Amino acid sequence: MEATVTTANNEKTWGGGHDVQPLGASYGKMMMWFFIVSDALTFSGFLAAYGFSRFKFIETWPLADEVFTHFPFMHGVSAPMYYVALMTFILIFSSVTMVLAVDAGHQLKKTKVAIYMFLTIIGGIIFVGSQAWEWKNFIKGEYGAVETVGGSLLQFVDKDGKRVALADFAVRLPNQPEELTRAKAKWFMESAETVPTYSVADIQAGFKAHPELLIRTEHLTAEKKKTVLSREESEARLNTAKYVVEGANLTRNEYGSKLFADFFFFITGFHGFHVISGIIINIIIFFNVLLGTYEKRRSYEMVEKVGLYWHFVDLVWVFVFTVFYLV
Amino acid sequence: MSHEHVSNTKRIWFVFGLLSAVTTVEVILGIIKPASLEFTHFIGLNLLNWIFYILTIFKAYYIVWAFMHMEGEKSSLRWSVVSPVIFLVLYLLFILLTEGHYIYGVFKDSTIKWNF
Repeated sequence: MEATVTTANNEKTWGGGHDVQPLGASYGKMMMWFFIVSDALTFSGFLAAYGFSRFKFIETWPLADEVFTHFPFMHGVSAPMYYVALMTFILIFSSVTMVLAVDAGHQLKKTKVAIYMFLTIIGGIIFVGSQAWEWKNFIKGEYGAVETVGGSLLQFVDKDGKRVALADFAVRLPNQPEELTRAKAKWFMESAETVPTYSVADIQAGFKAHPELLIRTEHLTAEKKKTVLSREESEARLNTAKYVVEGANLTRNEYGSKLFADFFFFITGFHGFHVISGIIINIIIFFNVLLGTYEKRRSYEMVEKVGLYWHFVDLVWVFVFTVFYLV
Repeated sequence: MSHEHVSNTKRIWFVFGLLSAVTTVEVILGIIKPASLEFTHFIGLNLLNWIFYILTIFKAYYIVWAFMHMEGEKSSLRWSVVSPVIFLVLYLLFILLTEGHYIYGVFKDSTIKWNF
């Protein structure tokens, strides 16, 4: 019981005996550390599972440089890495303001703690917003692709190996399949998936009409580039097309391996969820600081505890950044 | 409490500079991808990826030690937090990556054509 109740003479240290203090930390802080241990293992499990799937499909895994190429206000410019690097800096900086808040708390400077906590919250919100924008681009996609009956993905390139979007060559054939929606009073036969802009037949006809186009498969060459087929091979492969894929969802995505998008959504989503809960906890503590709760206690240890959680979120992002964007 | 109530701001800004510098190096390497590093293999990984992982662990060390103030904690707390994570993560990675590589071989050498 003494662990959960702050008593007069043993306020800060975990009850392991008054002069023993095996870990030298308060109960709350120690438990935050052990929560972080278990959460770290959860994230390790996710990232290791990502590694497992990537090793399994090592020859066909998408290239991160081709997937994450967007930067705000720079349309059509391929800028891999820059945006995610910016996000990383934002998160590191919000970690710095957090640790400055903890530092000010040690000196019992209420105003300083409040200002730094506020900056930390702002940094967190900007980060989550950036992640939402990244998701939007990922889900929307850029070029589009087709999937074959065997489940592999075909992308389109011109003679120089530059990617070509479906809209640039597909023709619109008559007898388009119509998307069945509630608005058209077809609620009883609503499509399970959104109908893509083009049908497979549109793509095949467009490909025939553009002899300069080639197909790129998922297979990586020894130079870590995707394999580009000859025109004859391309035509033969396109005949096996079954779906048109635009953007990404949990079933299929235009970047390549289906698991790639699944892991992207799951891991960055779980991390984003941690950031959001971190922001909420930070806001609560921020108001407690303003109300003077910790001033009355003469201890800003709560700030230190949420600080641990916030740094942990930053720590996870360091690994997610490496695993998803660099390696 | 193991903290003295003195300001550590100098160290905080130093660590921030260090983490930013390391991230910048990672981003530059990630954009340039020097072929000499990318196509030289060393124990199952290319040198570029080794550099990325080492820099990541370097950053993680500084976040935990300086920002989370692990350097100021008792060594018993340090070890009881850090050692289970290191052991279990290495174990997990060893098992899953070995199995992933094995399944890759099964798919590659099998008579069943599965993704075409």
